[in-house]
Amino acid sequence: MKQTRRVVRLMALLLAMALVAAACGDDDSGDTDTTATTAAATAEPFRVALVLPSTSGDFGISQGVVTGMERIQTERGGPASFEIASSENMFVVDDAAAAIRDFASRGFDVVIAASSAYGSSIEEIAPDFPDVSFVWGTNPETFGLPNVYAFSVRSAQGGYVGGVMAALLSDNIGFVGPIDVGSIAGSLDGFQAGAAASNPGATVLDNFTNSFSDAALAAEAARAMLTSNVEVLTSQTEMGTGVATVAEEEGVAFFGNDADFSPVAPTQTYASQVFLYEVAFRQIFDQVGQGTLGGEVIWLDFANDGIEIAFNDGYDLPADVKAAGEQAIADVTSGAVQVGG
Amino acid sequence: MWSDLLEPSVIIAILAAGIRLATPYLFAAIGETLGQLSGVLNLGVEGIMLMAAFAAYWTVFQTGNVIFGLLMAMAVGGMFGALMALACVTYKAQQGIAGIAIYLIGLGLSDLLFTKSGIGTRPINSVPHLNIPWLSDLPAVGEIFFEQSILTYVAFATVPLAWFVINKTTIGLSIQAVGENPEATDSVGLGVNRLRFITVTVGGVMAGLAGASLSIALINIFQRNMTAGIGFIAVALVYFGGWRPVAVLFGALLFSTINALQLQIQTLGINIPSNFAGMLPYVMTIVVLAAAGRGVLSKEPAALTKPYVRGA
Repeated sequence: MKQTRRVVRLMALLLAMALVAAACGDDDSGDTDTTATTAAATAEPFRVALVLPSTSGDFGISQGVVTGMERIQTERGGPASFEIASSENMFVVDDAAAAIRDFASRGFDVVIAASSAYGSSIEEIAPDFPDVSFVWGTNPETFGLPNVYAFSVRSAQGGYVGGVMAALLSDNIGFVGPIDVGSIAGSLDGFQAGAAASNPGATVLDNFTNSFSDAALAAEAARAMLTSNVEVLTSQTEMGTGVATVAEEEGVAFFGNDADFSPVAPTQTYASQVFLYEVAFRQIFDQVGQGTLGGEVIWLDFANDGIEIAFNDGYDLPADVKAAGEQAIADVTSGAVQVGG
Repeated sequence: MWSDLLEPSVIIAILAAGIRLATPYLFAAIGETLGQLSGVLNLGVEGIMLMAAFAAYWTVFQTGNVIFGLLMAMAVGGMFGALMALACVTYKAQQGIAGIAIYLIGLGLSDLLFTKSGIGTRPINSVPHLNIPWLSDLPAVGEIFFEQSILTYVAFATVPLAWFVINKTTIGLSIQAVGENPEATDSVGLGVNRLRFITVTVGGVMAGLAGASLSIALINIFQRNMTAGIGFIAVALVYFGGWRPVAVLFGALLFSTINALQLQIQTLGINIPSNFAGMLPYVMTIVVLAAAGRGVLSKEPAALTKPYVRGA
């Protein structure tokens, strides 16, 4: 009798756990936040989902993507005709993969996965949803799949402009970055080339901290550079806020990459190269609307207005330095100067 | 390259950075030492630091007043310390698990509040530096020790203060007794659980100062998970220091100075992979801990992690 009761209890427990697991199983898309509502009936809104590795205030890719998307939404008739849903803080790749799959299965037209870490997830998920367009950035790789777009940035171009100006401000320049890959490597390459072009005597130190987010570590790396008499700093991604903060405190000039860093260092940021991802997105959305769901890499650069240099009025930039910067922009845009990839 | 490391200015910079970086570790570890001496292991230090760091940052952003920021950080730290004490001392919860819970609460809640606050990364007033007159003019030594943030000086001051309280006051001896032999202490009429509640709460207040030192003194921003493991290292430093404040100070300085060294190595272009360099402080800590070996363990409070129930 006792044995039977035990077995029944065990079965009941297992059944309960199975039910709970089934119920919870669909819920691992992290914190899904719908920033717009769908129109009840009438025309089908264009629906785009964003899967982001960090928060929208990160001075990095998440901020750029969200800002760009909001601009497009306003251009294309607001939330009623253009819906955006997003999952932020998907820094765990498995969570991001679950979110991507979840959005795809809920009938979104486009799913944008904005982190280099999401590549293998896209490669695996995209074939399962041939009617959904997947967009990966910032890596120039579509895996040969017909429904995958990729976007990337010729960050060396903006880096060149920043470097030209930096080397005119000081001989000692420092770059603090997370990992020496992708658009970050591009920014550094451009910076070095620009510095060499305007002042061959300038040196550009670099330090990669291996963390995209740890601003405290980046701040310490920046301080270490200051002991080597660095007088101009530059950085990229979320950790860059730590570097910019040190620049502001210590009175050292700063150049931002990817986002406009002047809110973080209002008196020391002389300029930033801002990546305008919406340039790529507009093209992608138009093509998706016409039935082409992927198979192309779209590069942002000066020529297509995908990169813009935002000068900061809060910094007293000497007129000749600014002129050199503007000349550099013109040279790179026209192709007179060739920088990086 | 390597020879650049021997430049006096570089060495001075590394040592000064080591002193500076030790600040949050010191606050957190000395506070944790008090709690552990009384028999309570608090693994939630990291979460408390994050909550207090956000509280300080938000307060200074809103009011511009650094003192308010510090007070708020201490209040939030004390609150979470008391929460931990409530769980572990009053309700006898398993200390390790309760600590992890506090960590996760602090991590998530601080991030949520920061995101909802909409402040973002903005420059704020911070705890000022203080160049101690005359002493800061000393060559080399002056720059290393006497040109630091006020909060750094306070952190270092907690070491002799803690030593004095623990070894030379009645309450300090009671704390040690409670951690060694709570039954005997109880029989003499000293409230075991009340003392533990106090030490864990005070530990929380100090963890609060540790968090504030990050967000309004040393780095002056707030970020999700900005403590990046400092709280857990602080708990390890208590073991490292054999539950003695001065030895904990040594451990914190060792860790921080090696951290400062590895950052400087990378900046000088010395060809060590950054991953390896980043590992250095943690590896060194393990090596020294292993070398200290059994000598350290013998000083462990006998009742550490064991909730006290009268008559059990």
